[in-house]
Amino acid sequence: MDEILEILEKDARATADDIARMLKKKTQNVKDTIKKYEKEGVILRYKTVINRELVKNTKSEVRALIEVNIMPQKDVGFDKVAERIYSFPEVTSCYLISGTYDLLLIVEGKDLHTVSRFVAEKLSPLENVRGTSTHFLLKKYKEDGVILRHKEENKRVAISY
Amino acid sequence: MRNIISAKVQNMQPSGIRAFFDLVLGMKEVISLGVGEPDFVTPWQIREAGIYSLEEGFTSYTSNKGLYKLRLSISHYLKNRHGLEYSPEDEILITVGVSEAFDLVLRSIIEPQDKILIPSPNYVSYGALTELAGGEPVYIDTKKDSFKLTPKALEKHIDKKTKALILNYPTNPTGVSYTRRELSELNKVVLKHKLLCVSDEIYEDLTYDFAHTPFPSLPGARENTVYLNGFSKSYAMTGWRVGYACGPKEIISAMTKIHQYTIMCVSITSQMAACEALAGGRASVEEMKREYKRRREFMIGGLNKLGLECANPQGAFYAFASVKKTGFDSLEFAKRLLKEQKVAVVPGTAFGGSYKDYVRISYASSFDNLKEALNRIAVFLKKGR
Repeated sequence: MDEILEILEKDARATADDIARMLKKKTQNVKDTIKKYEKEGVILRYKTVINRELVKNTKSEVRALIEVNIMPQKDVGFDKVAERIYSFPEVTSCYLISGTYDLLLIVEGKDLHTVSRFVAEKLSPLENVRGTSTHFLLKKYKEDGVILRHKEENKRVAISY
Repeated sequence: MRNIISAKVQNMQPSGIRAFFDLVLGMKEVISLGVGEPDFVTPWQIREAGIYSLEEGFTSYTSNKGLYKLRLSISHYLKNRHGLEYSPEDEILITVGVSEAFDLVLRSIIEPQDKILIPSPNYVSYGALTELAGGEPVYIDTKKDSFKLTPKALEKHIDKKTKALILNYPTNPTGVSYTRRELSELNKVVLKHKLLCVSDEIYEDLTYDFAHTPFPSLPGARENTVYLNGFSKSYAMTGWRVGYACGPKEIISAMTKIHQYTIMCVSITSQMAACEALAGGRASVEEMKREYKRRREFMIGGLNKLGLECANPQGAFYAFASVKKTGFDSLEFAKRLLKEQKVAVVPGTAFGGSYKDYVRISYASSFDNLKEALNRIAVFLKKGR
């Protein structure tokens, strides 16, 4: 992978100027490359990783992993059915998987009831959905390579040879 | 009881540096660029192997030379990576870091008044250990040759009493390293005068601009070289204390004699973890190296822009920056920078008395820290002038 992408994937706030200095390139070249990636859809958007457990005054949200068995459609296979499902805003992630089930969804709602209703009233009735299995998430430890806890304290001595 | 401490020990390391170190350790919220170790934590799979070995009850002594399994892994690794052939039976010794290996090799070879050549600026222990072993350190100042030892300078310092040359590349504190061609030229001089070369290559995995050449891989060098390496820098394992020495049977056997009486063996937990480092830790090494390289560009560019010129380091994670233009000497510069801006660097005098115009700046720190440190140094310089 291009090192520019490697750097941005770790820190979306790294400026073109900083990246240029790290890679010994011209700032303008880095800017152009990033623009190109954005245009091509290689870079889709810049996000912030938030540890929601530490956010005060927000109602906690409920998340569930939902396995879905679907009937593939002629010509378009799973894609068309998947599209109908992932277009719901409640679905934050959607993967086609191998194994007993076909799709793996991550669904978010403000409480247990909301998520259950989504499954019962929206997902299950779809004509190509043959079955679902819902697992509610109890605790998040790590997400997208980020361990969700306070920044670690420095354990090195401040000076050494 | 007066004079209970021997003169040799009393004369070790200038006290000014020690006082400065105490000052740093007593302060809080300092951005430290004074650190001689990676800022990464040991990769999890290596830590996990250490934990697992404890669970399995591996808590005993090992063979004096070190776990056979580890020596075998090192032997295979050196063969695959560098084409070096060392027998795990009697040509490899596991030591408590390269530090212990140095002590062992110097004590094994030095007769009273033997001279040991040390290109300087140099890692702090070489001179002290030479003196403790009864030898005489002969420093070869490399400043005028962009901090590189040249065959000419080497030749000039050799006399009848010269026994060995200590090499360390990539170098702590300058980050300078040598190409294969440069090493070949040095080797010719070493061979001509039948010197022993003690080659500390602990930073070899952190070489950025060309492939690292181990000294014993040069033509004819293997039989007069003790090759020292370890896990501290490559695998971010400084606290585990595992290093190794490879060399001719005769020298390794002599070193093992001292080792068995002083250390007995390296901690078994650390040796088990080191086995895992060689078995599956290479991917982490490459990742860390890429990260260091980016920091190097960022830091060197930044320092040069601020007028703190430094030789371009080809390896390790240090910049040896000149503070001459600031009007301060290195200790004064370091003290003031610490007090006024809470940034810690190591005065150049720690690496040789004549480096009053330099400080060692370590870029083994997070990118955010480096950026903030450069800002603070800029503020400091503006005020200082």
